[in-house]
Amino acid sequence: MIRRTLLFIPGNSPSMLMNSVVFGSDSIIFDLEDAVAENQKDAARILVRNTLRTFDFSDYEVCVRINNIKSEWWKKDITEIMKENIDTIVIPKAESAEDIMTLSCFLTEIEKEYKKEKQVSIIPILESPCGIENSFLIASSDKRVDALFLGAEDLTASINAKRSREGEEIYYSRSRVVIAAKACGIAAIDTPFTDTNDLEALKNDTVFAKNLGFDGKAVISPRHIDIVNTTFLPTQAEIEYAEEVLEAIKKGENEGKGAVSLNGEMIDAPIVNRAKQILKLAGGEKR
Amino acid sequence: MDKIVKSFKEVFRLCKMKDGMTLSFHHHLRNGDFVLNMVLAAAEKEGFKNLNIAMSSLFPVHETLIKHIKNGTVSGIDTNYMSGPLGEFISYGGMEKPVIFRSHGGRPKAIEERELLIDIAFIAAPSSDNMGNINGVKGPSRCGSLGYAFADVEYAGKTVVVTDCLVDYPNTPVSIDESKTDYVVTVDSIGDSARIVSGTTMITRDPVGLSIAKNAASVIAASGLLKNGFSFQTGAGGASLAAASYLREIMTEREITGSFCLGGITKYFVEFLNEGLFRNILDVQCFDLDAVESIASNPAHTEISASRYANPSSKSSVVDSLDTVILGATEVDKNFNVNVHTDSNNIIIGGSGGHNDAAAGAKLTIIVAPLQRGRLPIVVDKVTTLTTPGKTVDVVVTERGIAVNPLKPELAVKLSGAGLSVCSIEELKRKAVLITGSPVIKNRKTGKVVAEVLYRDSTKIDEIRGIE
Repeated sequence: MIRRTLLFIPGNSPSMLMNSVVFGSDSIIFDLEDAVAENQKDAARILVRNTLRTFDFSDYEVCVRINNIKSEWWKKDITEIMKENIDTIVIPKAESAEDIMTLSCFLTEIEKEYKKEKQVSIIPILESPCGIENSFLIASSDKRVDALFLGAEDLTASINAKRSREGEEIYYSRSRVVIAAKACGIAAIDTPFTDTNDLEALKNDTVFAKNLGFDGKAVISPRHIDIVNTTFLPTQAEIEYAEEVLEAIKKGENEGKGAVSLNGEMIDAPIVNRAKQILKLAGGEKR
Repeated sequence: MDKIVKSFKEVFRLCKMKDGMTLSFHHHLRNGDFVLNMVLAAAEKEGFKNLNIAMSSLFPVHETLIKHIKNGTVSGIDTNYMSGPLGEFISYGGMEKPVIFRSHGGRPKAIEERELLIDIAFIAAPSSDNMGNINGVKGPSRCGSLGYAFADVEYAGKTVVVTDCLVDYPNTPVSIDESKTDYVVTVDSIGDSARIVSGTTMITRDPVGLSIAKNAASVIAASGLLKNGFSFQTGAGGASLAAASYLREIMTEREITGSFCLGGITKYFVEFLNEGLFRNILDVQCFDLDAVESIASNPAHTEISASRYANPSSKSSVVDSLDTVILGATEVDKNFNVNVHTDSNNIIIGGSGGHNDAAAGAKLTIIVAPLQRGRLPIVVDKVTTLTTPGKTVDVVVTERGIAVNPLKPELAVKLSGAGLSVCSIEELKRKAVLITGSPVIKNRKTGKVVAEVLYRDSTKIDEIRGIE
């Protein structure tokens, strides 16, 4: 699955919900948590449910960010929205493997009750010191977890760090999340860029995240989608190199070679896998 | 010799103004215009009745016309566009005689062919000398191009220049020269400079508008027209400007140099010119001060008359050389007909302006509109008022799909081939109704006729009936 962009849509905004399919993100995260005031929680979950019932989201990964697992709302959120077809539950403020297992157990119950054939995935948002330090345990806690998502705003607030345009204060956390995700063979999703107007800084931030190993980035503004999508597409040089790698491997196989080199460098399995991934991305396969 | 006249009263006497005459005005001062209101206040004071007002466009600032219609000073209006309280007043049957709506190209045609006879043309002049050599690039009320006034001064019985900036003879550059001017009236101010430049000339930030704009730019990119020498017109609405901005990226990437930009000119077009993206701007009206500064200083940015812009009876007009135009719509119907005159309640909120002119001339006419506004679908079975016939419209671009006129099957193939989301106009309507439900359609054809819509060739293509 390609998740270059995951667009947050406030669960209590009918116009944004209605138009969420026109912006071109790979995934849509319907938000029942931070975007929704406490006295609007019930209205938002019904609104999101009806949106999913009314519009065609078949070209998108449908995600719902439920409320914190320590809150009184998260089970109600799941009970309501699972009446429709969703792909992924995004769980905020994930701090431990137990959080994920609790969520997964409840999802299993609901899927059984609603006779769902497909299991939903889980994306934990790591946005606290515990969440970051437990990132590997969280990533490996349940087979439903298929990506880790760094939430830098809450994280930096909780450690009294000052958010900067360059993101130096989250360098460690970013790296930690990428390593934990890749150690478990799942995707790493970068934190959103919160300045909706500074598109050049967004570009720099996205390139940096991509170079660290992130596979995609959450966005809070539809205006950010194009830049993030484009950045996470492979460059022409990357595509050409990937094609050369696969060509060399094919040639090596035909010639019965055990080890293959390209331009004097050995091509091993990770390089081949990366080449395949690049060509898959370049091919524009969305889901 | 001196053409300066001290008052409107004196000018009326010199021009032998009578009841029932047609007075013409141009709209370059847009919503900041004081001249129409000043002239009518003086005419009322002098007791004139049943005047016919031929102004190229009318804005909310011209609300005073309502008073003059009620007290009998004015009994007829001939215009290309009308917004604000006056439109609502007319829509509710406030004037006995129907308003005549024309297009920006149809108006000079009607003037030149003596269909619209102008007795006295009042020309708002940002600067003039004592003999009536005028331009729009100097003075506190500078507005740039004066293109819509050219036909008026050429064919009016008398031409009166109204200025708040009297300069030494000879005034240069000259847009309209002294050979056309009978009298010059000086006033304290001809307009409010803050409102002369339109407030609409900002690229939209609305994500749906941006999505539509991106689709429109993609349509142009896939059309086969985007190559060296490309010519382009767009409105000053936020989504149209956003489309132009996306187009700039594509042209830069493909290293394409266009020939000219046309229409109401904004700072974005000025940037295109300065960046070398287009060779020329042909300017019938400036929408902001950047455009005014540019036309004053850059020889590649040229003032053109409304006749050269779009007159269908001219030997040629610029719209005939236009590759692509992006236009808006309040409604589009299943036959690709477009309405920009009225809203869905049949209230007059606009007019063709150059809409049906550019659509008729351009090789590719793109209508951009959201699929729904509020709870109303924009794609409908039949437009409330016909402004631009569907046979001159090629593509309707919305945020949820692109419909190509069946008259252009080869275009549909090109757009589909480029991966764009092409569907039928019926499918667009279905998508809209899925969201909004089917609105109850009222019969709009029973009230008295409050306006006649003339196509650019002066044939009547629709009537607007009063709200009962």
